Amino acid sequence: MKILVCISNVPDTTTKITFTDNNTQFNTAGVQFILNPYDEIALARAIELTDGGNGSVTVINVGEINTEPTIRKALAIGATDAVRVNAKPHDAWFVAYQIAQYVKANPCDLVLTGRESIDYNGSKVAAMLGELLDIPSVSIIKKLDINGSKVTVEREIEGGKEVLEMPLPIVAGCAEGVAEPKIPNMRGIMSARTKPLVVIEPAEVKTFSEVLSYETPAPRGQVKLVPADDVAKLVTLLHEEARVI
Amino acid sequence: MPVLVYTENADGKFKKSTFEVVSYARAIADQNNTSLTAISIGNVSKDDLNLLGKYGAEKVLNVSNDKLKNFVNQAYASVIAEAAKKEGADVVVLSNSFSGRGLAPRIGVKLEAGVADGVVSLPEQAGGKFIVKKTAFSGKAFARVELTSAKKVISLIPNSYKVVETNTAAKLEDFNADIKQSDLTSIIKEIVRSTDKVSLPDADIVVSGGRGLKGPENWGMVEELADLLGAALACSKPVSDAGWRPHSEHVGQTGIAVSPNLYIAIGISGAIQHLAGVSSSKVIVVINKDAEAPFFKVADYGIVGDAFEVVPKLISAIKEYKASA
Ligand SMILES: Cc1cc2nc3c(=O)[nH]c(=O)nc-3n(C[C@H](O)[C@H](O)[C@H](O)COP(=O)(O)OP(=O)(O)OC[C@H]3O[C@@H](n4cnc5c(N)ncnc54)[C@H](O)[C@@H]3O)c2cc1C
Ligand SMILES: Nc1ncnc2c1ncn2[C@@H]1O[C@H](COP(=O)(O)O)[C@@H](O)[C@H]1O
Repeated sequence: MKILVCISNVPDTTTKITFTDNNTQFNTAGVQFILNPYDEIALARAIELTDGGNGSVTVINVGEINTEPTIRKALAIGATDAVRVNAKPHDAWFVAYQIAQYVKANPCDLVLTGRESIDYNGSKVAAMLGELLDIPSVSIIKKLDINGSKVTVEREIEGGKEVLEMPLPIVAGCAEGVAEPKIPNMRGIMSARTKPLVVIEPAEVKTFSEVLSYETPAPRGQVKLVPADDVAKLVTLLHEEARVI
Repeated sequence: MPVLVYTENADGKFKKSTFEVVSYARAIADQNNTSLTAISIGNVSKDDLNLLGKYGAEKVLNVSNDKLKNFVNQAYASVIAEAAKKEGADVVVLSNSFSGRGLAPRIGVKLEAGVADGVVSLPEQAGGKFIVKKTAFSGKAFARVELTSAKKVISLIPNSYKVVETNTAAKLEDFNADIKQSDLTSIIKEIVRSTDKVSLPDADIVVSGGRGLKGPENWGMVEELADLLGAALACSKPVSDAGWRPHSEHVGQTGIAVSPNLYIAIGISGAIQHLAGVSSSKVIVVINKDAEAPFFKVADYGIVGDAFEVVPKLISAIKEYKASA
């Protein structure tokens, strides 16, 4: 079983998001970058599925050279090899297009992504990739099992869940529940240095979207504290002032 | 440029978020002096289809193919893209629901359209541009994004646009799309939906509990409060990690992002990752025994106190308020 895991390099979840250049650029000063938390889950499941030499796990990232520490981390966790498409990830369409080109040249049985990347996130790459490859895509999955040439996934729906069976290959966007993230051990960290990391140049493609600027949510006013022995006052405020009940 | 809106249903019924997207798509059509067509897929009754007119659809394309009774991502995307081509639609609008998020990117690729997900307001269209405001950095920021393609696909965050009644008379039309066999390879084995519960992403009011509640056995009062308010339940990440509550209730940067009218946080400290997923709530109420808890800094109303005393009092106060209303 050959599995491809798409990984993105994102600001650590504790990052306070700020912008520079007149709010047109994300301020990366002092920001630590990590492997996208959902991609960690996808990677962990891929490693479980190929455990004991039952196939290989390739990780792919569309990014510039600064993403290599994150790629090495994925190798340390247990990926077999890695590919970096040497380009700034302009938007989801650009990323999906590059990965689709790679998959067309290097077919695999299963493509895993995270449900979304926590930076410019849009949970779009998985479905775009599915469409570009003309195979099924399913996202926000909480379980994934393979039986022969079929895959069974559980996906989240409003107020419940849905279980689907699909023929391989598919693209699946992983969320919590699919696997527990794995922490690299010493041997993994040592071997990661020598595992293959191939750099390829991007294919040319038109883009359809441009980020013009960013803004952060408007700050709220001062909190209105209600004394703990006058809870009824809160109900009155929610009804008469906030008008939400 | 006509606008096409996909009107999602759950078990044959439209949800509030569906009427929101129709209202929103109507407003985009008005911005461009054009018409609005809705497309519905699945077994929705004529009466319910006619409801779409109430919110501004002039035409409703109804696809009631047995093979499409349940949601199949690939096939639905093909049908919606085909409808967009037939109608000559330049803008396709969907809800940023779980299904909508799976559909929008596929439709975008089929139509060679730019896709904007998680949109929160009407597009700016001055000077022939098409600029949308969408969530970014998992709720910590917004981005203004220009879609530069001729066609556009956008998905709207639930609770971010008000339902508006226009009372247009909708013309119903059957739409028979060709469906490729290769679009129908996914088989639905099981759908589990707890219909008695308010679904979290669509909820008007969310009651959320954190580690301050000590254990799953203490959720009774949280559930009672939620039931009283017709609210959905949510929790912080450690609560679902510990198995006190299901993962599907976990909100925040790595969970579900919600934007209800009212978010009530009980025993939650307000870590940056938690706030990311809830900060676009219109009104935030925090109940925490620690006056220094960071959540109070982003709250509209707060009670500093022990949840085990405050919540039961809140429940009786709401009961009293309801009895007198
Ligand atoms: C990669 C990553 C991603 C994350 N993503 C998320 C996410 O998406 N969502 C999320 O929620 N967290 C997330 N977290 C975790 C986050 O950092 C916090 O640890 C978490 O939100 C804390 O949960 P909590 O507020 O319930 O618990 P705590 O931080 O333990 O806070 C408990 C609060 O309850 C109060 N309290 C205690 N007893 C009482 C009482 N009797 N009455 C009233 N109040 C009481 C305390 O004063 C305290 O403020 C993430 C962390 C990481 C590292
Ligand atoms: N630059 C990238 N390189 C490789 N994979 C990516 C990249 N960006 C996003 N992905 C993958 O696509 C998933 C969804 O991302 P997004 O559509 O950006 O929310 C992520 O969880 C990754 O698995």
